[in-house]
Amino acid sequence: MIDAVGLHKVYRLKKSRVAALRGVDLRVEPGEIFGVVGQSGAGKSTLLRSVNLLERPDTGTVTVDGEELTALRGARLRAARRGIGMVHQHFALLSSRTVAGNVGFPLEVSGVGRAERRARVGELLELVGLADKARAYPSQLSGGQKQRVGIARALASRPKVLLSDEATSALDPATTDSILSLLRRLRDELGLTILLITHEMDVIKKICDSAAIMEDGAFLESGRVLDLIGTPGSLLARSLFPLPELGGSDTVVVTYPRSFDMPVMSELTRRFDVDVNILGGGVEQVAGQSVGRLGVAIRGDRRAEALSYLSTSGLLVEEVGK
Amino acid sequence: MNTLPADLLLAAGAGPVGAVTDFLREWPNMWPDLWLSTLDTVYMVVWATLVSLLVGLPLGVLLVTTDKGGLTPAPAVRAVLGAIVNIGRSLPFIVLMVAVLSLTRFLVGTTLGPTAAIVPLSIGAIPFFARLVETALREVDRGVIEAAHAMGTRRATIVGKVMLPEALPGLIASLVMTVVTLISYSAMAGAIGGGGLGDLAIREGYQRFNDHYLWATVILLVVIVQAVQSLGDLLVRRLSRR
Repeated sequence: MIDAVGLHKVYRLKKSRVAALRGVDLRVEPGEIFGVVGQSGAGKSTLLRSVNLLERPDTGTVTVDGEELTALRGARLRAARRGIGMVHQHFALLSSRTVAGNVGFPLEVSGVGRAERRARVGELLELVGLADKARAYPSQLSGGQKQRVGIARALASRPKVLLSDEATSALDPATTDSILSLLRRLRDELGLTILLITHEMDVIKKICDSAAIMEDGAFLESGRVLDLIGTPGSLLARSLFPLPELGGSDTVVVTYPRSFDMPVMSELTRRFDVDVNILGGGVEQVAGQSVGRLGVAIRGDRRAEALSYLSTSGLLVEEVGK
Repeated sequence: MNTLPADLLLAAGAGPVGAVTDFLREWPNMWPDLWLSTLDTVYMVVWATLVSLLVGLPLGVLLVTTDKGGLTPAPAVRAVLGAIVNIGRSLPFIVLMVAVLSLTRFLVGTTLGPTAAIVPLSIGAIPFFARLVETALREVDRGVIEAAHAMGTRRATIVGKVMLPEALPGLIASLVMTVVTLISYSAMAGAIGGGGLGDLAIREGYQRFNDHYLWATVILLVVIVQAVQSLGDLLVRRLSRR
């Protein structure tokens, strides 16, 4: 749905040059929620703005829904942008318009008639759960409500793609959760493709199917979240699940990336004659699936063999002592 | 017997109190002159305000849109416009009035009277208002403008449907400030025969030593400015949604 190839972008400041993008390739599948995570200044924002060409990359191409945006200018680019919704960190609502006026704005701009606009605005406010706020002004709303208005506005012209620029970064944790589940629900109901940028790992964990870690204008790692979790040495897995401080040097953290139905621990003691002492564990929801984590101390002569057995069984094994 | 307090005070003798009663007694005699002069002032200020709005608003918009990072960056255009505005802003109004006399004669046919005064008043107020418009428009959240771009909005529409409505309270406040400045300019226009309250104050009050006229014009000017400012503040409060 979104294909960006070889994106480069350099900002020329008075004395220095800052490379915001150095050769980024991004592919987002239809119906997928793709999250780009990174520190501020990593180039996430430039990447997101390159997708609807608010920033034109110096080189590289951007194709959305089969149309190469980088080849478009003027009226045709504006028309293409109407097929891409965008949600902003600070909501970017017009303070002079009511909620209904804000949501109707993109329709007004694209020449939709008053009656049709009114009907569509009603639908959209219903969709985001703000039907009773149509006549309120943004200053009368809470942050979460403002972002719902922002989302309704972004969806007004029935886009297939939604870009989210740190949509939850200005919100408190509970509101963040409600906005994230709204985004996931909209993806499920409308078949949206969502590209989001965030600096919060939690957002990736909660709703992203795929993710990339960005640093200094390039992806360090990208892929499907569940695959990355099962990949030894994955930065993303390590960032999503920092190693707990448990036990001594013989402690091992085992991550079960998918639902796992093998009695692997008892098998371990039987086959390799090691002692397995469970220190702690838990199950978390990642990308809609359960991911289990177990901290165990493994002792015995054949410890190394036991660990490699766990790895080959499809578990991610990390040694705390290392 | 029914005695007016003013009569009692008068009977008490002269001094500051006596001066006030003299003034109050004189008021009905001065009123026809004062009323006509007030009308002249209102006439000059209203027309000069309309011209300033018509020219100064687009000028202010251009100052913002042609700037670096604006909707249509054009450094050369911006530099020229900025220079013109600065020249207009740096001339004291009384000098500007004299400097544009020949233009006034060309446009109106005379340099005397309220209609002639509209020319220098407008020329003086346009750059003033344009700078205020510029400041008001810069207050508009850049994120909102970016959002409008992301929605595929044409630039002219962004000016008309985003920037101007979002800045409306600031624009109204700028207009009020311009009107108040024009009222004071219009009084200065009296110095070269522009008519209005300033003219009356100079002819009757200064040249003929009639203090009553001087006080009366001062009172009327203060009342008019107060009324304009209060009305403007009310409008700004009504329109402000932040």
